[in-house]
Amino acid sequence: MTQLLEITDLQKSFAQPGGGNLMVLDLHQFQIAKAEQVALIGQSGGGKTTLLHLIAGLLAPDQGSIRIGGVEMTGLSEQGRDRFRAETIGYVFQTFNLLPAFTALENVRLGMTFGSGRHKQARAADLLARVGLKDRFHYRPKQLSVGQQQRVAIARALAGKPKLLLADEPTANVDPSSAESVLDLIRSTCREEEVSLLTVTHDMNIATSFDRLEKLDEINRIMQPNASAS
Amino acid sequence: MSLIHIAWRNFCHRALSSFLTTLSLALGVGLVVLVLSVYGVISEAFTRNASVGYNLVVGPKGSPLQLTLNSVFYLSQPIENLPYTEYMEFLPQEERATMVSRFGGDPALAQRDGRYAPYVAGGFAIPLALGDYFGEFRVVGTTPDFFKELKHGPNVDEDFTFSSGRALQDFSPQHGYFEAVVGARVAKQMNVTLGDKFYPTHGDPTGHGHELGFTIVGILDPTGTPNDRAAFVNLEGFYLMDGHAKPVETDEEPGNETEDLLDESIDAEEANESPLESNSNDRAGGSTNGIRLVQNDLTPHETDNLSDAKQPEEYRLLSIPEREVTSILIRNGNIMFAPGMQNAINEGIRSQAAAPIGEINKLMNLIVGPLLTALLAITVITCVVAAVGILVSIYNSMNDRRRDIAVMRALGARRTTVTAIIVFESFQVALIGTLLGWVLAHAAIVMYSGQIEDQTGVQVGFFTTSNYELLVLPLVLVLALVAALLPACSAYRTDVGSNLSA
Repeated sequence: MTQLLEITDLQKSFAQPGGGNLMVLDLHQFQIAKAEQVALIGQSGGGKTTLLHLIAGLLAPDQGSIRIGGVEMTGLSEQGRDRFRAETIGYVFQTFNLLPAFTALENVRLGMTFGSGRHKQARAADLLARVGLKDRFHYRPKQLSVGQQQRVAIARALAGKPKLLLADEPTANVDPSSAESVLDLIRSTCREEEVSLLTVTHDMNIATSFDRLEKLDEINRIMQPNASAS
Repeated sequence: MSLIHIAWRNFCHRALSSFLTTLSLALGVGLVVLVLSVYGVISEAFTRNASVGYNLVVGPKGSPLQLTLNSVFYLSQPIENLPYTEYMEFLPQEERATMVSRFGGDPALAQRDGRYAPYVAGGFAIPLALGDYFGEFRVVGTTPDFFKELKHGPNVDEDFTFSSGRALQDFSPQHGYFEAVVGARVAKQMNVTLGDKFYPTHGDPTGHGHELGFTIVGILDPTGTPNDRAAFVNLEGFYLMDGHAKPVETDEEPGNETEDLLDESIDAEEANESPLESNSNDRAGGSTNGIRLVQNDLTPHETDNLSDAKQPEEYRLLSIPEREVTSILIRNGNIMFAPGMQNAINEGIRSQAAAPIGEINKLMNLIVGPLLTALLAITVITCVVAAVGILVSIYNSMNDRRRDIAVMRALGARRTTVTAIIVFESFQVALIGTLLGWVLAHAAIVMYSGQIEDQTGVQVGFFTTSNYELLVLPLVLVLALVAALLPACSAYRTDVGSNLSA
């Protein structure tokens, strides 16, 4: 199986207010194959979000290698990582993070604004229709329900035709009845678009339904029993 | 989606804050544009005033600026008077001979060309006699040449035109000596029409009134020059008024002889003008602000038959020694001769020649120049204050927007991209504020355009702009850029990880 994401000997630490560094992540190896859907579970503060930020290029690792589609992320400049992220990675946040100034359609279009610009604007409308919001194009986020906001966030994450979708607890703020449908939507859309998926979740029922389940506590060589931030 | 569109959405999202910031900027820019427009009007008024069709003013020795002020602008007090012979120095021998034979004077004056006549050849020399008032307006004694030779307008190529009536005429039994032409503003403010008769006051607006009156035979169209604010009377009529003859030490006392003749003329005139006064009482009364005025309704055609009550031949014109002029307006036939003539006059002991445009430019540099500098300083300060307003507004919004910026970064926006969005927002405030301010200022100007035209003769429309105004937009945009630097820098340095997790 062709690997899309390959992480090798990845380490990340953060400076502490009192001086010194706190190592939060030490990953020997981690891979995701093309179109594979992986669930990542772990205790709070265990470094799950940090790992997603490192994969997305929002954080730079202390050392190690992150290869996505054969491109070594750590070898890219910050601008290069931004561009690479815009064209290769989609991100669904726990709190949706829709921009309140923009309509649902505009929020989705934002997902294809910062890339190469090769995508047609009609894709945004198409994606919104696919997530069931055909009649909500011009609604502002505050005019949408929580579930609808998350659907917009999913559409936005896929707008730039990413190769890898990172979802950080996408159902955490959605009621249980909606959680399943939201996750189904993410997974089915990723399948249709042949996008690899890495989802952070606390729900074991959900996690076990994925192609593969990874427990960060087991693959992270740093033991942090009282970790408070990740 | 373009970055400008993103910036515009942010602008609209913070509608109240954006509106107040933009309004604040608009008011600042409006004030600046208003001030610059007023300065433009003043400048144009000065330029128009200087565009009067002559290149030199000759008057007694003294301040050339004062000479310009009283002869071009009809402001300030005349320095002194010049003998009529000084005026004759600009005339060729034939004209001098005609004057000597008509008015009486030293026969030697008729034997030669005027000293400066060669310089003027092809041009003109027009005498002015000042000192009297019609209400608050100057009475200017001059010759019909004033209306034949002088031009006005931006290119100094427009003849005087009349809203009613005609220009002064050379002496004839039909027209007599006591005709007057008034400027547009004089006619409006003094409420006079064709055929009305006014009696100039001597020395200042509240001085004693002369007994000889002048009948208005023409009302000028607005010219935007000081001529709108003057009442022009026939120079010979001006000389015939009491107290206008220069005392001459001769056995015959010609000045007194004139006085006697004038006394007779007054009686005859008053007897004849009674019907006019009764007419005027029916219409508008006989005085305006204490100014003696007799009003009548006459058609332009009827004014052609106006003549003073006394038969013209009954007046004894002043002899050349009794005559004085306040100043002489000169246009050289060949402008190349002007500097030479000016030097020759200024080297003499009696007269000076001043170039009105030069003096007006000096006045502009002396008074209006520093004023402009102060105004420009105010402009810059106002713009800086407005820019600080933009800075405060955007910077205060940054705390609320860090998450938005982090999200955009997570979606692939570069640091420079989010920085550019902040700068565009600042530009939008600057652009809208500047345009709104410009519109507000010009709307205000248009509201008062009628009064501005009345006061200065300068026509201003909504799109009348000064060159300085064109600098306001770039200046505000540059300041907006500077104002955006701090919040843009904050956006640039926004930590994505911590703000996404917040």
